Amino acid sequence: MSILQGSQRIPGVLVEPTEEPPTLDFDDIQHFLMSRPPARAARYEFLTFRSAAGGRAWLTGLIDKVGTAMAVGANVADARWVTVGFTSNGLHALGLSEGSLATFPDEFRQGMAARADVLGITGTNHPDHWRGGLASPNLHAIVILFARDVTERERCQREHERYLKECEGVELLSALDLEGIPPFDYAHEHFGYRDRLSQPVIAGTGAEPTPGSGPAIKAGEFFLGYPDEDGPGARLPQPETLSRNGSYVAYLRMEEHVGAFRDFLRQHGETPEQQEWIAAKLMGRWRSGAPLVLTPDKDDPSLGADYSRNNDFNFKTMDPHGYGCPLGSHIRRMNPRDTAANMNRRKMIRRGGTYGPPLPEGAPEDGIERGIAAFVGCASLVRQFEFAMNVWANDPNFHELGNERDPIFGTQDGTFDMTIPKRPIRKKIKGLPAFTTIRGGAYFFLPGIKALRYLADLGKVG
Amino acid sequence: MATSTLPESKSSQSQPVEAPSKADWTQPSAMAIPKDGYFKLENGRYGPIYPRTPACYGFTIIAKIKPGREEAIRAYGKTIENAIGDLPDALETLKLHYLRWVLFDIGKDTYFMYQGIFDTDFDKYTEDAVALFKKVGVNTVFENLEGFPEDWKTNVPAFVKFVREHQCPSFLEYGEYPYVTADEIKKALKLKAKFSEMLDLMQ
Repeated sequence: MSILQGSQRIPGVLVEPTEEPPTLDFDDIQHFLMSRPPARAARYEFLTFRSAAGGRAWLTGLIDKVGTAMAVGANVADARWVTVGFTSNGLHALGLSEGSLATFPDEFRQGMAARADVLGITGTNHPDHWRGGLASPNLHAIVILFARDVTERERCQREHERYLKECEGVELLSALDLEGIPPFDYAHEHFGYRDRLSQPVIAGTGAEPTPGSGPAIKAGEFFLGYPDEDGPGARLPQPETLSRNGSYVAYLRMEEHVGAFRDFLRQHGETPEQQEWIAAKLMGRWRSGAPLVLTPDKDDPSLGADYSRNNDFNFKTMDPHGYGCPLGSHIRRMNPRDTAANMNRRKMIRRGGTYGPPLPEGAPEDGIERGIAAFVGCASLVRQFEFAMNVWANDPNFHELGNERDPIFGTQDGTFDMTIPKRPIRKKIKGLPAFTTIRGGAYFFLPGIKALRYLADLGKVG
Repeated sequence: MATSTLPESKSSQSQPVEAPSKADWTQPSAMAIPKDGYFKLENGRYGPIYPRTPACYGFTIIAKIKPGREEAIRAYGKTIENAIGDLPDALETLKLHYLRWVLFDIGKDTYFMYQGIFDTDFDKYTEDAVALFKKVGVNTVFENLEGFPEDWKTNVPAFVKFVREHQCPSFLEYGEYPYVTADEIKKALKLKAKFSEMLDLMQ
């Protein structure tokens, strides 16, 4: 998951648009999946439209604030970046016709809550327990605000609050505030793992993938209306004005049980070194980011921080049996690299950040919700996001493991195991506890700017 | 609302039938399967999940062929034979045990049966198969079948839907060595070969 902190230049971030065909419409595509602004704070606002006219009026006034890929790439002085997305119910609530909605993919129209079983979001993760009204059919839109700092976020929050009061028929369902957690000089989450180490690069943006990250991925894997890795791209939902330059994003609010995680490490490792070893085996990287494939026996923080080296490895030839990086570890599931087929059709762009206060080292679990609230962007939810959840995260038989799920991110209920290959005999941890719980989620469509205008104008006659 | 719904979680059976518990691979095992093809409705990405049985995952797709296409379908058998001859690992992704393709007549119509036994889930198999067809640049034998979506190359969900609509679930599956994957079988045979080699070296 990517975390909203650290503004250092990371290879793979948008540099300059190039003229490689086909030219991406940087003026129309929302910046969200294209650029990574130097934000240290964020706020997600979830909205409901009580009337179509009210929703459209609200949208009309907001369009000029939505950042395009071009604007965000060019204006380094900006202090806030706005993104807007809609659920299928939201598009309907704005007045989009049934006929048009029917051309959107089934999984988007059904929504994440209805697809929870498919995703493995069950038990305590189930939508029945979600927070913030996210499982409700009244969830219609999201406004994602990334801000340079908390002061700017609070200013924007007040501004939007005032604007909402002027917009009849648009209400705030819930909101989530996010902030980076210390130390601020690198991206990481509450368990302490360095993050943002493996992100696809979009062909045509001019960015260069870091060594080991594979080639740049065709834009059609992330934006509708462009050639994808398989050909000219899938059929567009209709009308094309609405779908072209749009993307789907899957939102997940995932609580991280830091107390339980640390207890687990203490239970399975007598010394701090052994605890770090267990933490590394669950993830497939040391918490510094150093990959186990490259440094299986001891941490190497300088390797973890070095983007020219920290993603430069494979599994099939460098660690076929998982003696370094266990077959069931998080990174081996979420990015199986050369051990899975059609990888260029399963790539996703992650955005988001951490929420909740950090739990100080040594402090007992305080019961305060903290975690990651992140977005996965793609052109096909069923082929990209749902596949990753269904087959990679939650299939107990992944890599013939038999009874395991992703140890960090999978749906755990104490009945699954974790195997750590080790000579002479593997280590098997029975009954892995849940380190994370899904507290909310949704599927949104992020339209291009012209499409936002199309939606805002739906009610206009002639 | 505009939200469409997934099938409700209820079986057409009045009493849900419990899936038999998994047997040890040393114990031959048979499984009688309800008419719907599953014991309890669980939805996968494109529809109900069919259970893993003593004979692993698999499907039996039966569809009417377009008139005059019988020879084209038979010729496709040779195409696959040659492709595997040239590139033995070409279908590795699909995690197959066996494929059986059959043509048969009912009245004046000819039907094609595609039976596959594999170790991956149904939807992943189909998605991977579509990707494979496109990668090697061949058209699929399915193009000779009635009702097959012409835009299958850019419309994977339509391909999957066709496969699901023509799937005839088994009502009995049997395994002499139940629930063993092809990878496990290959590993065991490799181990046997290595062990024989080791014994040779000790002579």
